[in-house]
Amino acid sequence: MTIRGLSVFTWTQGKLYLREPIATFFTIFFAPLLLVLFGLMYGNEPNEVFGGLGSMDVTVPAYLGIIIVTVGLIGLPIQTSVNRELGILRRYRVTPLRPLTYIVADVTSYWVMALAGVVALVAVGKLAYDVRFEGSLPSVLAGFTLSTLAFLAIGFVIASFAPSARVAQTVGMVVAYPMMFLSGATIPYELLPPTVQRIADFLPLTYVVRLMRGLWVGEPWSELWPNVAVLTVVLVVCGAISARFFRWE
Amino acid sequence: MTEPVIVVEQLEKSYGAVRAVDAISFEVAAGEIFGVVGPNGAGKTTTIECLEGLRAADGGRVRVLGLDPRRDGDVLKQRMGAQLQEAGLPSRLRVGEAMRLFASFYTRPLEPAAILEGLGLADRKNVAYANLSGGQKQRLSIALALVGDPQLVFFDELTSGLDPQARRATWDLVRDVRAKGKTVFLTTHYMEEAERLCDRVMIIDAGRIVALDSPAALVHALGTEQRISFGADGRADEVLGAVRAIQGVERVERSAGRVVVYGQSDRFLAPLLGVLQDAHLSFHDLQTEQPDLEDVFLALTGREMRD
Repeated sequence: MTIRGLSVFTWTQGKLYLREPIATFFTIFFAPLLLVLFGLMYGNEPNEVFGGLGSMDVTVPAYLGIIIVTVGLIGLPIQTSVNRELGILRRYRVTPLRPLTYIVADVTSYWVMALAGVVALVAVGKLAYDVRFEGSLPSVLAGFTLSTLAFLAIGFVIASFAPSARVAQTVGMVVAYPMMFLSGATIPYELLPPTVQRIADFLPLTYVVRLMRGLWVGEPWSELWPNVAVLTVVLVVCGAISARFFRWE
Repeated sequence: MTEPVIVVEQLEKSYGAVRAVDAISFEVAAGEIFGVVGPNGAGKTTTIECLEGLRAADGGRVRVLGLDPRRDGDVLKQRMGAQLQEAGLPSRLRVGEAMRLFASFYTRPLEPAAILEGLGLADRKNVAYANLSGGQKQRLSIALALVGDPQLVFFDELTSGLDPQARRATWDLVRDVRAKGKTVFLTTHYMEEAERLCDRVMIIDAGRIVALDSPAALVHALGTEQRISFGADGRADEVLGAVRAIQGVERVERSAGRVVVYGQSDRFLAPLLGVLQDAHLSFHDLQTEQPDLEDVFLALTGREMRD
């Protein structure tokens, strides 16, 4: 497999993703819309609950988590199981396309889609609420990439075990939606009641939100390492599970 | 003698207690259209999937283009093309995109546009897979199997679900593939398809080879008589003696209003017509009946092939 082959496949996967209106909406337009909605309600005045930051300043990085969980736990499992159900994965298996190339191209295309959602979100946040950004772009990109890879790995685990696309969709949504609300991605962690905060501590998305909020305001990696550690473990464990149990047919 | 393209020795594959393929051996020569026929569940798809490397055999030896499909899959897949049963494409993927995508998998692909042209899909280039007709989807699956310029092409139940007209058109396309010097290995449960299309046919039933030869040889080996029958009036009795004397005729039966002539070869048709004309005998509703692969299957397994 050549670089050209990899890029053609990645490009094709990306185009197909954009041709699914629902997937496109939830990946690229949902988070910015939610931001506008909550912005209308809360504005972006500095608030001591957030250490002097405005509601929107903390919401934008937290919403990265919404995009990541949507792509990883809903987009990937559904699309992968549909491709399996329709025999598309089987069809690829009698071509020289290597499994690793398929995975790399697939992951890359989801990463690009999530990134497009992030760009839309940040653009709306900047234009509508002039959100503050005090971090470094490479760090935020690195944190976003680690988080996305960890959640795509969880998505591959769901796709590995789901017997059908319908089940994959159900499982993905059942896992994703409560997590969005309980992890501090939708409602800031500081505003969650203590019981919910304890639940949040068990959810991987919480560590995405903490990492992204930290990197957003320029906290050093040395203080964010527990989040990095949790997400790395999720990535390695889920990656290993799907490498072992992923089914092509 | 060139090396056989496919060598199978004592291939075995079971699913639980079911022996899907039971110690079969055969070879496929370069440039052949080789067909595997048999009823559903006979082991056709299991056999083809073992050759394609999709499935690991339980026992026996398989060599495809001199390679082990499981161990040397990467090399083999560069040199083979395959159309699978029940394998689709993303519904929103367009024909041209599918061709470019599949071409990118191979080190030396053919020009996608030329293949689409040859299969009558050139004007469908921008149509999404979901919007193609059944026949067009099937032609695209042929195109995708050919884009890597393979030496060997697998077709698994290529024409199932197509109407008879589309099926016949597909046969021509398969013949074109062979005419380009490629070897074709196909499975079908249509006996007529095997008979009309294949150079050699392997009939399998319950995982075992029932017969393997050219369709003509299989039918010939059956030894079944051919029959020509026609309706005639009472004067037909006068010519029965002359008819019996024709070379190739074995017996003649006379029933109310009809004469049935049995023989091993249809060479007696012309002399028979000559006899009837010389006697100025008017006849009508002349029918010839030849045994076909269906009869071969019936004779060898004691069962009818069912679609």
